[in-house]
Amino acid sequence: MELLGLYHYWVFAVLLMIGFYAVISKSNLIKKLIGLSIFQAAVFLLYITMGKVAGGTAPIIQAGVENAVFSNPLPQVLILTAIVVGISTMALGLGIVVRIKEEYGSIEERDIQEIDRR
Amino acid sequence: MIDWNMHLPALQVIIPMLSAAFVLLLRPRGLAWAGATAASAFTFAIAIMLTIGVLDGQSYVYQMGNWPAPYGIELGVDSFSALVLLIVSGASTLALLAGRKSLDTDIAEERQPLFYAAWLLALAGLVGIPVAADAFNIFVFMEISSLASYVLIAGGRDRRALPAVFKYLVMGTIGATFYLIGIGLIYLMTGTLNLADMELRIHEVADQKPILVAAGFITIGLALKAAVFPLHVWLPNAYTYSPNIVTVFLAACATKVSLYLLIRFDFFVFQPNLINHDIQFAYFLMPLAVLAILVASGVALFEKNLKRLFAYSSVAQIGYILLGASLVSVAGLTASVVHMFNHGLAKGTVFLAIACLATRYTNLRMDNIAGAAKHMPWTMAAFVVAGLSLVGVPGTAGFISKWYLLSAALEEGTVGWILVAAIIVSSLMAMAYVWRVIETAYFGVQANGNEPVVTNTQAVIDSPREAPIALLSVTWVGALANIYYGLAPSLPVTLATNAAETLMKVAP
Repeated sequence: MELLGLYHYWVFAVLLMIGFYAVISKSNLIKKLIGLSIFQAAVFLLYITMGKVAGGTAPIIQAGVENAVFSNPLPQVLILTAIVVGISTMALGLGIVVRIKEEYGSIEERDIQEIDRR
Repeated sequence: MIDWNMHLPALQVIIPMLSAAFVLLLRPRGLAWAGATAASAFTFAIAIMLTIGVLDGQSYVYQMGNWPAPYGIELGVDSFSALVLLIVSGASTLALLAGRKSLDTDIAEERQPLFYAAWLLALAGLVGIPVAADAFNIFVFMEISSLASYVLIAGGRDRRALPAVFKYLVMGTIGATFYLIGIGLIYLMTGTLNLADMELRIHEVADQKPILVAAGFITIGLALKAAVFPLHVWLPNAYTYSPNIVTVFLAACATKVSLYLLIRFDFFVFQPNLINHDIQFAYFLMPLAVLAILVASGVALFEKNLKRLFAYSSVAQIGYILLGASLVSVAGLTASVVHMFNHGLAKGTVFLAIACLATRYTNLRMDNIAGAAKHMPWTMAAFVVAGLSLVGVPGTAGFISKWYLLSAALEEGTVGWILVAAIIVSSLMAMAYVWRVIETAYFGVQANGNEPVVTNTQAVIDSPREAPIALLSVTWVGALANIYYGLAPSLPVTLATNAAETLMKVAP
């Protein structure tokens, strides 16, 4: 049961590997970027789940509520920054793919290598 | 009255970062370059002031908004970071001073403000990493610098830069994400992101396995960013196809900043806390370092493209830096840190000389530059000086770090002799590949007649001649610095010794 109790780590690890596999094995550049996105999202989940306290609520002090249990808000703040970084990376990556398509007429890694070898 | 000296660590990052936004607005021709160069020179001046302060024994700790650490965000500068700051801001300033003409041919005029803004952002990120004392801030600076340098590399006219930069982007992001997983695990166990606080709190953690896993993730992630063999595959093409001046900037400092972080994180946070971690660190990285030195030098021996040849040589030199660190001794770390400085000088100058050549030769293949010394004697003379420094000939900066590395290796007993052999073999290989270039340029004859293929229309009219004076004189500043720091190495050596003693927690 202990293994299932830590299911959020399993979600993290499985997503991480799915993303990583896509980055390594796919030849299509867009698919690689999708993999990269999944890979990063897995890490975002790792951070967000670690801040959760069982029964905890949002850390807002309210009148009349005493001894409330709060979840840790800091990981969420950190991951907000990391999401912004992830979006910029994705935007830049897609921009580069557009330029590659313009220059090479393909977004398949194999084709591009073939063209460069000529 | 504000005490400016106190605010230097913050200004170090803020100036290039804010100037990036202003440079975007500088539309008329040449102004963007001037603005970027001024901002970069100012950053360099601050780095020099910080270094002078550090050499005076001052320690810089800056709390953002006066919030005390570990709650607030802390910046700090010590000997190690001061040296890295000097390398980064110096490389950027010299490359910009030299590069106006060269960049004018590579970057279309209407895109120049964007390009220089990206340059300043890359600079801000790269100086941010040594200044920051907070693991998450470091991640953000790392990504700022990486994203900006992807733009710089892809900014030129060579379309092969695009697949190269895509590969760099994918591998760089994986590296940064690994680093993020690592600090996430540490945060999970200790609840802190401040490096100094982290070091104290890891003591209190009962189960150290997650910390060890974190150390693994951080080491691999940063090794990817630093192009440690065999994670270097993104580097050769990225350096080869980027605009020449961008190669000067990135080759001189980008991987060194990641190595700085790798060394700092491991020696400062992990080694005092994890049992036997110094041995794990040494056993893991030493074989990689030796392989990098031998394999990459070997590849460089047979490489025909001039820029890619020296990109592989960079992989080998990263091996030297790592080898020093993997000895886990004060002498080894000193060698490693001194070599960061000296290799930055040597490789920066080599790529400056290549940028000079590139102003007259479109194609930088070896057989194409045959006889170049006849047309560009000053360029090739500077190249020879930088090449000798790269090999480690006495009287040049490269010799100093090789010497420190050899004496550090000799302290290690039997293993040391193997390392010494590897260093000597690879130095001979370096001699061979530098000599191949010199031989072609001085004694080679063009296969198709005597006249080299020339680049721009202007050069077609008058046969190839020396590079533009600004580029050439900065190349010579680099070459002379290689000689100066070979004869009077006290600045890098003092800073490196202080850094090594602090990292190894030895009282000076």
